[in-house]
Amino acid sequence: MRNYIIKRIIISIGILFFVTLIIYTLIRCLPTSYVETMAIQLSSKPGSKPYEEWLAQLNASYGLDQPILVGYLHWLGDFARGNFGDSWKFTVPVVEEFKSVIGVSFVMGAISLILQLVIAIPLGVVAATKQYSRSDYIISASALVGISLPTFFFATVLKLIFAVKLGWFDTHGLVGRTYAQLDSAGQFLDMCAHLVLPIVTLTIVSVGSLMRYTRTNMLEVLNADYIRTARAKGLSESKVIYHHAFRNTLIPLVTIVGGSLPGLFSGALITETLFSIPGIGYVSYQAMVAGDIPFTMFYLTFIAILTLAGNLISDVLYAVVDPRVRIA
Amino acid sequence: MSDELNNKNQQEEEQYSLNDDRRVKVLSPGALVVKRFFRNRLAVLGLIMLIVMFAFSFIGGLITPYGQAEQFYTYTYLEKEYVGVTRNNDLRYAVAEGQEFGTILQAQFLLAQSKGKDSFEYKGESYAVAEEGPDLYSISKADGTVLAIAYKDIVNAADGMEEPTFPVKYGALKAYVNKETEFSAEGADYALDEDGNILSGDEVIGYISRFVVAPKENGVTITRDFKERLEEALETDDEEFVYVGEDGEEHSYSISYDASALVWSVKQETATYVYDTYARPSYAHPLGTDNNGMDMLVRLMYGGRVSLIIGFIVVIIETFLGVLLGGISGYFGGWVDNLIMRLVDIFYCIPSMPIIIILGAAMDNMRVDPQIRMLYLMLILGFLGWAGIARLVRGQILSLREQEFMTATEACGIRVSRRIFRHLIPNVIPQLIVTCTMGLGSVILTEATLSFLGLGVKFPFASWGNIISDVNNSYVMTTFWFVWIPAGLCLLITVLGFNFVGDGLRDAFDPKMKR
Repeated sequence: MRNYIIKRIIISIGILFFVTLIIYTLIRCLPTSYVETMAIQLSSKPGSKPYEEWLAQLNASYGLDQPILVGYLHWLGDFARGNFGDSWKFTVPVVEEFKSVIGVSFVMGAISLILQLVIAIPLGVVAATKQYSRSDYIISASALVGISLPTFFFATVLKLIFAVKLGWFDTHGLVGRTYAQLDSAGQFLDMCAHLVLPIVTLTIVSVGSLMRYTRTNMLEVLNADYIRTARAKGLSESKVIYHHAFRNTLIPLVTIVGGSLPGLFSGALITETLFSIPGIGYVSYQAMVAGDIPFTMFYLTFIAILTLAGNLISDVLYAVVDPRVRIA
Repeated sequence: MSDELNNKNQQEEEQYSLNDDRRVKVLSPGALVVKRFFRNRLAVLGLIMLIVMFAFSFIGGLITPYGQAEQFYTYTYLEKEYVGVTRNNDLRYAVAEGQEFGTILQAQFLLAQSKGKDSFEYKGESYAVAEEGPDLYSISKADGTVLAIAYKDIVNAADGMEEPTFPVKYGALKAYVNKETEFSAEGADYALDEDGNILSGDEVIGYISRFVVAPKENGVTITRDFKERLEEALETDDEEFVYVGEDGEEHSYSISYDASALVWSVKQETATYVYDTYARPSYAHPLGTDNNGMDMLVRLMYGGRVSLIIGFIVVIIETFLGVLLGGISGYFGGWVDNLIMRLVDIFYCIPSMPIIIILGAAMDNMRVDPQIRMLYLMLILGFLGWAGIARLVRGQILSLREQEFMTATEACGIRVSRRIFRHLIPNVIPQLIVTCTMGLGSVILTEATLSFLGLGVKFPFASWGNIISDVNNSYVMTTFWFVWIPAGLCLLITVLGFNFVGDGLRDAFDPKMKR
């Protein structure tokens, strides 16, 4: 087991190397809009150097005059030593900006994941046990509707109904206008109120796939021989389903949920942007659009690490949860 | 099983003719799939939704009378100050030719008039004041010659006529205030009609009116005709009236009375030709118009076309790459498999949404032509999405290639490429179709999200995503539902249709299905 994990981690590091190389090359090949914009600004000041000189100076100071491969190795060395550089757009160290925004994203993701589990698993089990019934049709159809909902459209509809027409929530931001005057409990409640719509959006658009996954696995388990045996020996239907079948359905569920845990830190780019929640998704969107290379590189590498970690966790959990699986 | 045996026995017992219905009991695998598919209500619903959306996008664009980027215009009516009207309440003076009637004399006259005297003196000369009628006075010297008149009703020259001479004015006013219809002055006869027109024979040379009409804008000349119409409206206390101007166009005017300044201000509605933006739904535009004055319904049709075409092309690219690499990887195994699978791992790991956003922002920066941009978008989406399909194809082929029919193809000496693409791939196709159908939905969603963020399909091309991006203006979001709700519904229906059909196909292809 330990050997397996070590082997996987080594492979993952190899993959990460190539992924970051590809991303770095891609970003460097693009027109460096940020540096150009800054050079234009600086050169337009009275008595300033011409644009070309500023551009050359800025490129040199940001390390953009090196060839791509050299630049990449330079970046990699810094990254390995834990030096992630300073964000151009936010003009603070990348890590500092990251630390200040990751909390909100994590809270949003975690609450949404809990809600998804609470909604999806019971409904998925019900749909599978009553296959082809009216409730199965309704659950399956609404799961597909959730998957098919465009996040931005659904979020806008929610905003229109609950923020504009009913006026229950604000349309944008994490804190309200009166935030500074509230006491700490009030501030907490204010933040919670601002997170309601984003979390509802996140939950609704992603609950569908988990629901379908539960249903599919439950159906598979219900067709297994040991279920037939359990029924044959005269167990009550509820015992068959909730004692024998459901436990076995949990195996794939645990692995997929375990695999999605690292994803809680990756933020919800679209949802956060739509609701202007200052989480990692929104901040990195701003950084990407502004051409902020250090922050973008950090974010993309971070996401890649999270993906790899998720895969690794789900594979390992699979072996841990299911005693039939042996990892060589 | 026993049924089949029965059938067999029956067949042996009695010969069915070839076109006997009872012969056709056995369905081909394909027919079974179709049968199972159509039994699934959700799948059929999805199919109907897709057919409707395809017809809407592809046929709708053909039969609509409007073009994709056709802009519509409208007139907006602006009220502009046109003229101001005051009712004359001050005495005005007209002086006879060759006489003088200065301000001091005027003041003396006013004094006498207000006291009701019929004469006043100034510098040793005496002047006689005669009230000739309501609000009309004549001032004459001691020798009886009329020096000047003071009046409130104003004599105006008719359009294009010369200012009437003093005797004519005097005569006309005298007749007007005393409600006479004729007078003579300077040896000529004049008539006066009830509208206050002064007629010399048949010709109107001037008119009398208490109202003073002053244009508020330079270059506006006010005709007698307009004044008459205006006075009529003022007398009947109308707030609005319509007047056909000299240019033959009908204008409407509104009158408002400013009591403090004692002025009626008349506003003219002038039409301005503008883009018909955010027009409410109407017969001509069933879903209104957008912020460029384009018909929403037509934009939706063309947007659907763009979204669907992009979806199909991206999925074709993905499938081509995925089947090619997955097929090679699964069939050959060994180091080829290892290499391709590590490549798949890398592509799996690349965060595609951020990458597409960065590329989109870069294309914004380079000002890529919208049409070429669409092409790039498809290539990028396709190139980033093949890894999943490759993994699926490889997994299937790994299990299939160990089966007997593959040993048979090898024994027959069939070419490797033929073995892969003629014998292995067709067995993967059911799964592939399901993945592609669901993939179409997700590609359309991705494209719409990008277009919504302004990084995908760009104006002048329509896409459901960039139609909805109008809601970034919160006024549009709250006021003009018809701009973005229909586009969102189209998107939802299409993606849902693909997912329903994909789900139905998955069940239909599954031989273990009970129904």
